Amino acid sequence: MDLGYLILQVVVFPGLLFTAVVGLITSWIDRKVTARVQMRVGPPFLQPFYDVLKLMIKETCIPAGASRGLFLSAPLFGMASAALASMLIWRAFLPLGQTFSGDIIVILYLLTIPAVSVILGSFASRNPLASLGGSREMKLLLAYELPFVLAMLVPVIQTHSIRLSSLLAADPAVYSPSGIIALVVAILCMQAKLTLVPFDAPEAETELTGGAYVEYSGPPLGIFKLTRAMMLFTMPIFLVAVFCGGIVFNQGWLPILLGALKYVGLVVVVVLIRNTAPRVRIDQAVKFFWGPVTVAALVAVMAAFMGW
Amino acid sequence: MSFAVNMLTKSLWVFHLAGSPCNNCDIEILDALTPKYDLERFGITLVGSVRHADVLLVTGIFNKKAAICLKRVYQAAPKPVVVIAIGACACTGNMFRKSYNWDVPVDKHIPVDAYLPGCPPKPEAMISAVVKLVNKLRGAK
Repeated sequence: MDLGYLILQVVVFPGLLFTAVVGLITSWIDRKVTARVQMRVGPPFLQPFYDVLKLMIKETCIPAGASRGLFLSAPLFGMASAALASMLIWRAFLPLGQTFSGDIIVILYLLTIPAVSVILGSFASRNPLASLGGSREMKLLLAYELPFVLAMLVPVIQTHSIRLSSLLAADPAVYSPSGIIALVVAILCMQAKLTLVPFDAPEAETELTGGAYVEYSGPPLGIFKLTRAMMLFTMPIFLVAVFCGGIVFNQGWLPILLGALKYVGLVVVVVLIRNTAPRVRIDQAVKFFWGPVTVAALVAVMAAFMGW
Repeated sequence: MSFAVNMLTKSLWVFHLAGSPCNNCDIEILDALTPKYDLERFGITLVGSVRHADVLLVTGIFNKKAAICLKRVYQAAPKPVVVIAIGACACTGNMFRKSYNWDVPVDKHIPVDAYLPGCPPKPEAMISAVVKLVNKLRGAK
C-alpha cells in the first residue's frame, strides 16, 4: 500500500481530523443534552469548536520548576493514540486497504494511553492539586482496566477471534445474555475511562479545581480538551463495534442510520448517567470496579464459556 | 475584527477572584451562572483554575496583603485576559475607603476592562456588562 495514502488515513480520514470533528460534535450533544436535563437552552452547535480554537490563541504558561518537555508533549501522546485507535476501529468498518486490520488488544492499549498522558502531564506540572488528580487518575485506571478487559473477553470467546473484522462478521454479542452483562460492565468502565461523573474524581472541579489539568493553559489545554472529545467519540464507537455489530456501510442507508443510532444511543446513556449521579470518592470507585463490576464481568465470561 | 478576538468573545471562561468581599457579589455571580440565566448559551463557563481563565471577575476590596495575591493571580492568567471589577468595593473601595489597611482600588494594581458598580449588582447588570465588554473588544459602537 502507498505510504501517502496511509498518512492521509492517519491524519485526515478516519484518523485525527475526522475523529476531532465528530468528537467535538459529540461533545456538543453531551452539553446540549445536559442543558436540556437542567431545563436550559444550552450552547450553540459550534461552541466546542470555538472553545478549542480560543484555547489555541491563548498564551501557554509553563509553571516554574515544571518538567518542560514532558509537560508540553504529554497532551500530544494522548491525542495521537486516540486518533490511531479511532482509525483502527473505522478501518474495520470500511474497506480502506487491509495491511493491518487491527485487533482488540492493540485498540485496548491505545485507549489506555490518553489516561496515561493525563497522569504524565499532571505529574510534570509540579502542582500539588495536579499530582493529586494524577494519582487519582492512576487509581481509576487500575480500577476499571480489569473489568473492561474481562468484558472484552466475552465477544472474543463467542467468536474465537481477536480481530475486529471477524467480530463484526459474527452475530453481535448483545444477542446473548453474557453479551448483555458484558455491555453493561463496559458502559460503566467507559464512564470511568472518559472520567465523567460519577467517576470524575481526577478532575473534581469543586475540590481540585480541574485536577490533572490545573496548570495547563492555551494550546496544550486545548489538545487535552480535544482528546477528551475524541475519546467521547472513540469509546462508544468501540463498544458499538465490539458488542453491537458496528456500523454496516455496504448495504444502503438504513444500516448506516441504524449504526449511527446505536452510537448516539450509547452517548446519551453516558450523558444521562453523568447528569443523574453524584461523584463517588476514589476509594468507592475502586471498590465498585474491583467488587461488583468485576464479579459481573467474571459471570459474563463464564456464561460465554458455557455458550450462553 | 480579528480571528483571535472573535474566538475569545465567543468562548469566555470566567474565573472568580474574590478578595475579602462580603460575599454578596459572589452570590450574585453564582446567580448569574444558574440555569435561569443560562450563560452557556453565549459560551460563558465558570472554570476552577486561573490558568483556564479568559475573564477575571474581581470582587471585594484588596487590602495591602490581598493586593499581592491579586497581582500574582493576574500574572498567572494566560493572556489575553480581561478583568471585570464587580461591585462597588472592587470599583471604588466603597465604605472601606477610609480603613487603615486599604490601599488603592483594583485598577491601580491591574488593568481593568469593565467596571460594574452596585452593592451588589444584579445578575442582569452582569450580563449587560459582559455584552458591553464583548462589544468593546470587537470594536463595535
